[in-house]
Amino acid sequence: MSFITYNGVGITALSAAVPKRVINNYEYTEFFPADEVREVVDKIGVFERRFADAETCSSDLCYAAAEKLIIDNDIDRSEIDLLVFISQTPDYRMPATSIILQHRLGLPNSTIAFDINLGCSAFIYGMSVVYAMMENSGLRKALILDGETRSRVYSAKDRRTAFIFGDAGVAALVERDNKFGESTFSLNSDGSRENLIKINAGGYRNPSTPETLKEKVVDEYGNIRSDEHGYMNGGDVFTFVNREVPRDIKNTLEYSKRDKDSFDYIIFHQANNFINSHVAKKLKLDTSKIPSTIEKFGNTSSVSVPLTIVSELKDKMAGEKSLLMSAFGVGMTWATAVVPFVDLQISDIVEV
Amino acid sequence: MDMNEFIEKIKEVLEIEDREVNESDLFRDYDEWDSLAYLSVIAFLDEEYEIQMEEAEFNTLKTIEDLYNVTKK
Repeated sequence: MSFITYNGVGITALSAAVPKRVINNYEYTEFFPADEVREVVDKIGVFERRFADAETCSSDLCYAAAEKLIIDNDIDRSEIDLLVFISQTPDYRMPATSIILQHRLGLPNSTIAFDINLGCSAFIYGMSVVYAMMENSGLRKALILDGETRSRVYSAKDRRTAFIFGDAGVAALVERDNKFGESTFSLNSDGSRENLIKINAGGYRNPSTPETLKEKVVDEYGNIRSDEHGYMNGGDVFTFVNREVPRDIKNTLEYSKRDKDSFDYIIFHQANNFINSHVAKKLKLDTSKIPSTIEKFGNTSSVSVPLTIVSELKDKMAGEKSLLMSAFGVGMTWATAVVPFVDLQISDIVEV
Repeated sequence: MDMNEFIEKIKEVLEIEDREVNESDLFRDYDEWDSLAYLSVIAFLDEEYEIQMEEAEFNTLKTIEDLYNVTKK
């Protein structure tokens, strides 16, 4: 087991963008009867989510969030020395979307830019990567852009995934400042579970063919998808998360000598309410400290942790705040972080 | 928890109110059984017994008695 700690680095400003189009889940009944939809929606606790239109990519949501962040905080673009784009729904297979965003945001050619492809726990992974680079002298400001259009990934005819996912993008400004105390990260991976959440075809192992695009009935419940849709074994994801995440949180708290009740807020990846409420109960956490956006934005994969901060903690982050973050998902990967914030600037959510 | 108590719990989890549940019942034959009921049962096993069971193992369980025996291991 390993932990990484950083000092004197932190997120100073956060912004988010979501698509204008609201999906009311009770009315998302094109492929399933309304009573069945109601039962699923009540179980997962996702009542609304946002879907991007066909022309809008993750990068467009991140671009809107980044422009808002830059303007609201009067950031000098020439001082942004690092840009990391986090997504599993990039614009192209190549080049990396971060490079396109460097140009689009008017950042200098001296900006270091690269993508991180990881899934639900990626914002915490990305924070750790950026904190590591920023802790050293040299780089002035860093941007983490994290966006997902998961609405494109899953089949609307597969009830295991049709009602869960939504689209969003965030931008985070990371700076070096002695006002920030210690951050601790625990980052984990288990590739033996690669089959729990997966898009089987369309990469280089199973390239795209007319066959991989064909929709098929895939199980005894009559769910329909193609090999290029994402699938999820929800039961085993639930079991996996319940085994690994509480353990990782306990170990991280022990390492950082913190009590679970010592945080101002606890931010979980918004997977679905069924998993999240179970984990919170299992860890006997104070639910009044756990903001939730699953009911209005659904599961936005890696975006859900920072989106929940932007949406629920605006005007609540003045002064010094200590947050516990936990995220888990496709890979499988899971991450826990103990992170200080000082006077975090949060912009209003932009609708695109 | 004895078998009778276990059956009462399982009836709550599966929301069965109108009839008896017996240990020899094949629970997958219940009208109430679907993928959501499955999630409720594995959440119940975790919450009540700290059992985290994967689907492959769960699929070997057929009767209410099989479920009960898992909790006694």
